[in-house]
Amino acid sequence: MNFFETFLNWEVILRIYPMLMKGIGNTVALALTIIIAGGIAGVLICLFRLYGPKWLRWLAIVYIDVFRAIPILVLLVLIYYALPFLGIRLNGFASATLALGLVFSSFTAEVFRAGIQAIPKGQTEASEALGLSFGVTIWKVILPQAFRIAIPPHTSNAVAIAKDTSLASVVAMPDLLKQATDAQALTANPSPLIAAAIMYLIVLLPAVRLVSYLEERFRNDGKAA
Amino acid sequence: MSQSALDHTPNATAIQIEKMSKWFGTFQVLCDIDLTVSHGERIVICGPSGSGKSTLIRCMNALEEHQDGKIVVDGTVLSSDLKNINKVRSEVGMVFQHFNLFPHLTILENCTLAPMWVRKTPKQEAREIAMHFLEKVKIPEQADKYPGQLSGGQQQRVAIARSLCMKPRIMLFDEPTSALDPEMISEVLDTMIQLAEDGMTMLCVTHEMGFARKVADRVIFMDQGHIIEQNKPEEFFNNPKSERTKLFLSQILGH
Ligand SMILES: Nc1ncnc2c1ncn2[C@@H]1O[C@H](COP(=O)(O)OP(=O)(O)O)[C@@H](O)[C@H]1O
Ligand SMILES: [Mg+2]
Repeated sequence: MNFFETFLNWEVILRIYPMLMKGIGNTVALALTIIIAGGIAGVLICLFRLYGPKWLRWLAIVYIDVFRAIPILVLLVLIYYALPFLGIRLNGFASATLALGLVFSSFTAEVFRAGIQAIPKGQTEASEALGLSFGVTIWKVILPQAFRIAIPPHTSNAVAIAKDTSLASVVAMPDLLKQATDAQALTANPSPLIAAAIMYLIVLLPAVRLVSYLEERFRNDGKAA
Repeated sequence: MSQSALDHTPNATAIQIEKMSKWFGTFQVLCDIDLTVSHGERIVICGPSGSGKSTLIRCMNALEEHQDGKIVVDGTVLSSDLKNINKVRSEVGMVFQHFNLFPHLTILENCTLAPMWVRKTPKQEAREIAMHFLEKVKIPEQADKYPGQLSGGQQQRVAIARSLCMKPRIMLFDEPTSALDPEMISEVLDTMIQLAEDGMTMLCVTHEMGFARKVADRVIFMDQGHIIEQNKPEEFFNNPKSERTKLFLSQILGH
């Protein structure tokens, strides 16, 4: 057996190609669900954290700290293997979405809090002086400016959580890594793993580039036209 | 409601402040302020830094909360009642030292935001109002630019136009020219003079004494949270009564 037959065996790859495509589909779906749902939840939690009544602010702080501190794999295993004892049985996709979404929302909340707090006080004062309601001030004045500040670190967190979706293979979710390891067992050949790694790179390399581009673009001014 | 007819008579009281005091923690920043401003009056407030000028005018649109006494703006009592606060704010315009334009919105959008969201003016109409006031402050050609692309003087004129788009009955100015390069001060003062000539009720914190002489009906001098002296400009400048006023004037007029 030569190197190519072992690691880049075309015959094997062609055979398990449909498995890998299904895997990458699931991985992308999982990542997008987490990023969208966790992102929206994170912004809301950030608003609770900054503007809510005192009890809600404390709750938000606890939430944010706990889910930033706990290792994702630990949380995932708890949700998948421990919750059933409470009668809550989630499948792999739901468990992974919940675990990674909780973590992603808490990181999102922190990034947006930093963004909002970097906006000069004069912006709120001008809004108040014009008679804008609190909701309009947040939606039209504060959040658009916070977005510009938060987008680079937020994108970076999104890439990180997309990579962490591979942890879902632990809870039997047929994501790209799980499909690849199954394929490897099936064919007794590591080529599917190599192929999977390359597929991860194809998706994530542009994402990493995008992060660098955004960091560059938003570096000096939060107010690029 | 029955009061509104009264409010619109020419000499109705624009702002009435009675025995008003304010503290920041234990520090009393305003002491027993009494002040009555009629509609159409132009008032200049001056005084040393830290004397409470900004805090005083910020109390008039509830950007700062007062703890004691009474403030009535255009017939509406300022209390912690949010409804009253919003009513007052939509009728009182404010111009800040640092402009505080919204950097992510174009000049035109800066001007249409409040009319559209507070007054529920339709977009097209809000744009027409905005262009009207941008012409008034002589920068209609900048409407599609962003604040960061304008000079300080232009930004401040946009800030004035943005306030005017709400059709306020009273305008508050907090040192509108003191963050500007010298060569841009006059374009902003000219705008303010024009506004005064149109009959706007104005309260201006400023050290531009030429402006005070030209347009003010009354000059108010503040020190350490008190209104020390108020008078017509000629009297105020030529014949100041208190020692503190004299000292302040000698410093500011550079003798
Ligand atoms: N938010 C605040 N918290 C505590 N002290 C303040 C605050 N704002 C102003 N002050 C104090 O109140 C005093 C009056 O301030 P200000 O009204 O800004 O004066 P002026 O505009 O006349 O320079 C100053 O001593 C200032 O330090
Ligand atoms: Mg001041």
